[in-house]
Amino acid sequence: MAHHSLSFEKPILELETKLKELRAFSEAQDIDVSRELSDLERKIVETKRQVFKNLTAWDEVQLARHPQRPYTLDYIGEICRDFVELHGDRHYGDDRAIVGGFAMLDTEAVMIIGTQKGRDVKSNVERNFGMAYPEGYRKALRLMKLAAKFGRPIVVMIDTAGAYPGVGSEERQIAEAIAMNLREAFLLPVPIIVTVIGEGGSGGALGIGVGDRILILEHSYYSVISPEGCAAILWRDRAFASKAAAALKLTSRDLLKAGLVDEIIPEPLGGAHTDPKGMAADLRRRLLYHLRELKQYSLDELLDRRYRKFRAMGVIRAESPSAGELTIKNEE
Amino acid sequence: MRLFSRKKYTSIKVRKKDLPGGLWIKCPSCQEIVYKHEIESGQGVCPKCAYHFQISWKERLALLTEEGSFEEWDANLESADPLQFTGQVAYTAKLVESRKKSGLKDAIICGKARMGPFTVALGIMDFSFLGGSMGSVVGEKVTRLIERATANKLSVLILSATGGARMYEGMYSLMQMAKTSAALARHANAGLPYISILTHPSTAGVMASYATLGDIIIAEPHALIGFAGPRVIKETTREDIPNGFQRSEFMLKHGLIDLIVNRKDLKETLIRLLGYLSRSTPPAPSNQPIVEVSAPTTS
Repeated sequence: MAHHSLSFEKPILELETKLKELRAFSEAQDIDVSRELSDLERKIVETKRQVFKNLTAWDEVQLARHPQRPYTLDYIGEICRDFVELHGDRHYGDDRAIVGGFAMLDTEAVMIIGTQKGRDVKSNVERNFGMAYPEGYRKALRLMKLAAKFGRPIVVMIDTAGAYPGVGSEERQIAEAIAMNLREAFLLPVPIIVTVIGEGGSGGALGIGVGDRILILEHSYYSVISPEGCAAILWRDRAFASKAAAALKLTSRDLLKAGLVDEIIPEPLGGAHTDPKGMAADLRRRLLYHLRELKQYSLDELLDRRYRKFRAMGVIRAESPSAGELTIKNEE
Repeated sequence: MRLFSRKKYTSIKVRKKDLPGGLWIKCPSCQEIVYKHEIESGQGVCPKCAYHFQISWKERLALLTEEGSFEEWDANLESADPLQFTGQVAYTAKLVESRKKSGLKDAIICGKARMGPFTVALGIMDFSFLGGSMGSVVGEKVTRLIERATANKLSVLILSATGGARMYEGMYSLMQMAKTSAALARHANAGLPYISILTHPSTAGVMASYATLGDIIIAEPHALIGFAGPRVIKETTREDIPNGFQRSEFMLKHGLIDLIVNRKDLKETLIRLLGYLSRSTPPAPSNQPIVEVSAPTTS
């Protein structure tokens, strides 16, 4: 675990190593150090609290990209059973950067779709680092329509740096694939719950991101452009990524304040990767809660609310003196 | 003795700013120096190679619609600064500068106009305002345009000229992609026509939303069209970029666009298509075939 750590995690990991050593020492020497151990444990919690209280936007981006962070298939494995993965867009291929299939979430039969990253070189090649080609987005839409046909709610998990910016993507019309998903998602007559579980990278995230509820795990981000990309354009230097991250207001708290997400799902102290099972249990609870809430609406009402939800996003100023600055926010 | 002796004559450097009033323009496609007036009277098209220069929304309006028929909608909407974005230059400063430079309030003009026998809801993006980027105002104006068109059973025509979502407004900008697409879903459900016209350049967030959702997608010759910029693709993937990559002709070949139309034929083409797409009106009478133009050769 210790071989992948972020710089602000170091003091925590050092204390944890110390704790482990002390425990081993006391067992080997049969000396009672329980007081020292509990002191150290308290200190670890305290340090974690301090560190996590003062995270910058850039720190949050690092956490969202943490190589040990649970990915879509990790959550699918934890929160549901009887998952049947379905493949392919029926036109070109099966994009492994987007996974999807039917699954049982408690007593609910749902369609789960999400972007999937790899953990090592081999799986990252297979998953294209979680960056989908057009066929990935077309597979997602096919599965969403399949779910709609059989009245199954859709659960989406987003964790991608963005759609893949390559020659093949352009040749097979990545822009059209994303746009089509956006338009068609407003016509799907089943509840859709979207959760950003890590990186919410621009159009590649939004391409599967239209839904009735937009949830976000605490240490995830969702942004119109990567901090590095923004820094390269506005500061002409990628090294200003941390500044760009702050300017873009991309953290879960910023997004909730802006009314662009509905709910933050808190992560275990130290981040989702320090307690994946606990995180998954909380995610499952919130998904079920929202699913039950959404099922109360008639289909017309559901689609109308979905429309109005996105219709209200944006901040404009009308020039007429009475109007002033108009912030249209989510009505719910 | 000095190795190089001083020149015995004085040279007069002609600086760019000494040229009288920008009378001449170098065509970026054929490299010819052409008389600016010739381009302007020729609808912004190079007389030597038919390269299509970027033109303003006013010039486009004049080319496409009946004189005096345009009624602007939502002219009073202006961008706010929801993130209080400060980079090396603050967004508010950029807005002030852009308004001054372009004479526009934001990157799109919307309204109702007549084109031949048809009344259409028309949106014209203008690249001179912050690179035609889409923030809350562009998203809101496009959405209102489409909603009004749906309510009044009008066709929608949008001419894109854009570098994508406006990053100064962060996630508000990204969400305009969903918002405009939602409005198009309802417009399409009502069985109404939408024609998207891609001009140079049409890329990124706008392409991944309303610009690619047309019943018909038309491009001007040689426009840059795509999702990711060629530089981003090269840096990220180190792939070789094929010749003519992301140009109209490339995108036609790869199936995105229905036809490439020379600017001088655009109005007639649109009127003919609207005839086919409207349920009641028969196609406008004309015997001329509308031909695709061949692309100008590029360096």
